[in-house]
Amino acid sequence: MTSDEKKALQLTAVKVREGILTSTHGAKAGHPGGSLSAADLFTYLYFKEMRIDPKNPRWEDRDRFVLSKGHTAPGLYAALANRGFFSVDALPTLRHIDSFLQGHPNMNTVPGVDMSTGSLGQGLSAAAGMAKGAKFLGKDVNVYSLLGDGELAEGQIWEATMFAAHYKLDNLCIIADINGLQIDGRTCDVMNTEPVDAKFEAFGCHVIKINGHDFDDIAAAFEKFHANKGTGKPTAILMKTTKGKGVSYMEDNAGWHGKAPNDEEYAKGMAELAAARAALEV
Amino acid sequence: MAEMKKVATRDSYGNALKELGAAAPNLVVLDADLAGATKTGTFQKAYPERHFDCGIAEANMINVAAGLSTMGLVPFAATFAMFAAGRAYEQVRNTIGYPHLNVKIGATHGGISVGEDGASHQCCEDFALMRTIPGMTVMCPADDVEARAMVKAAYEMDGPVYMRFGRAATPVFHEEGFNFQIGKGEVLQDGTDVAIIATGIMVPEAIEAGKTLAEAGISARVINMATIKPLDEELVLKAAKECGKIVTVEEHSVIGGLGEAVCSVLAEKCPVPVKRVGVNDEFGHSGPAAALLKAFGLCADNIVAQTKTLLGK
Repeated sequence: MTSDEKKALQLTAVKVREGILTSTHGAKAGHPGGSLSAADLFTYLYFKEMRIDPKNPRWEDRDRFVLSKGHTAPGLYAALANRGFFSVDALPTLRHIDSFLQGHPNMNTVPGVDMSTGSLGQGLSAAAGMAKGAKFLGKDVNVYSLLGDGELAEGQIWEATMFAAHYKLDNLCIIADINGLQIDGRTCDVMNTEPVDAKFEAFGCHVIKINGHDFDDIAAAFEKFHANKGTGKPTAILMKTTKGKGVSYMEDNAGWHGKAPNDEEYAKGMAELAAARAALEV
Repeated sequence: MAEMKKVATRDSYGNALKELGAAAPNLVVLDADLAGATKTGTFQKAYPERHFDCGIAEANMINVAAGLSTMGLVPFAATFAMFAAGRAYEQVRNTIGYPHLNVKIGATHGGISVGEDGASHQCCEDFALMRTIPGMTVMCPADDVEARAMVKAAYEMDGPVYMRFGRAATPVFHEEGFNFQIGKGEVLQDGTDVAIIATGIMVPEAIEAGKTLAEAGISARVINMATIKPLDEELVLKAAKECGKIVTVEEHSVIGGLGEAVCSVLAEKCPVPVKRVGVNDEFGHSGPAAALLKAFGLCADNIVAQTKTLLGK
């Protein structure tokens, strides 16, 4: 990746973060913390990694993305809007009674959403079904699914991972957002899911550990995913992140899991992001 | 009915999948380590590359089916009714029902007639659970011929379907090639004093009850209601208006199943006296299927007795 490409991704990631604040502020609800921790990943997927066509969201041979941690819809929506699936002007209507932007992703109302999710633990199974379907149909389609680290306590995640390894779904890329926090507090205190790497390895995956806010790391991880195709093993990218990343008062604070910024907080956050944007545009 | 040919509708399910498979290359089948019991093994022998065993992980299987359907495939997911509708209820609700995906759930071993396995495996709540999911079609065939026609109709329609099949061999009374339609009940015997509306393996019992009642001078209309949702309201209301009294019969809890579906329509549009014959808010237990059905009143004799009581005779 050239430094210009990297800078462009970083700038886009700031816009995605602005979209997360704008939508949750507009909704007076929603989940900014986990959306921000995954903002760089959403950016990389939709602006670099996935074969998609915003003008033809249901293109049969597109790559698929399933947001298993569906509550971070604000992050997904901000990426989709910035990528041109729908207007960024719609973002403040998040969760409104007449909006297509449902609180959790709805594949039938939001262009670009490949699977309705929200109930934790289920998305990865659906992604595995897509990957199995692509293999069965002989299609070169990659399927990506983002999980939360709190979500790893759901038993179905491990049923799905076992299925993916058993059926040699090397076209499936599991990504876990390890921000270390969940609603009730630190993941290690609420329900310790570590060692996550050893678990995914034991379940038959190639495991790649990265810094989820470093685009060089993210790019290298997806290169490895592509290199792993043909090995018959799914890939699991474990990305260490900071919940609330990019908005100082939200960073590493479980209180911002499912709370929207008020007007004052919104202004402060947007000012911080504007400064980040300006620094990149120099 | 001892002279009639008997087939378990789970066998019909497996046979129908195999038959459909030839002309439907997009049909795939999932099972959760019960292919021998659900009879998807019949399909598996013919089309091993289209049969995906998911192991003992029903929740995952249901969501894998959802994912497969978005790729343009038509998945039929099979396991026992207890685990399809019970264990995986929320997976069905959120990841098949809510996005209205084209997934067919073929649930076998429904009801008390599971027999010796006992209460843990005798699902008498599946109609209730599946009925409450918006857009879900819920069906239960009365015999082998209807079961095979139902599987084909489910494949041909777009949208989520739940079908319940039985473990025990039961009489085959339909002629081959009968015209099955989703959402349409079937009048098997006309009558004017009372209408008996039954579903699944209770239909042959209702037919027998109708004959016994005729001998006693009671004219009973016997209706096979294979589609529980969407319910054939027109046929129910016609029966209420013309017969004045209704008996419902199902191998399911009297809570939430066919009986309550019929009562809901009648209460709002044509209130008439109803007697619901079903499992009376209790768990089953082990025993031979035929003996259990009798013990729980799911038999022609009890239908006759309950109908007479309702009619004050």
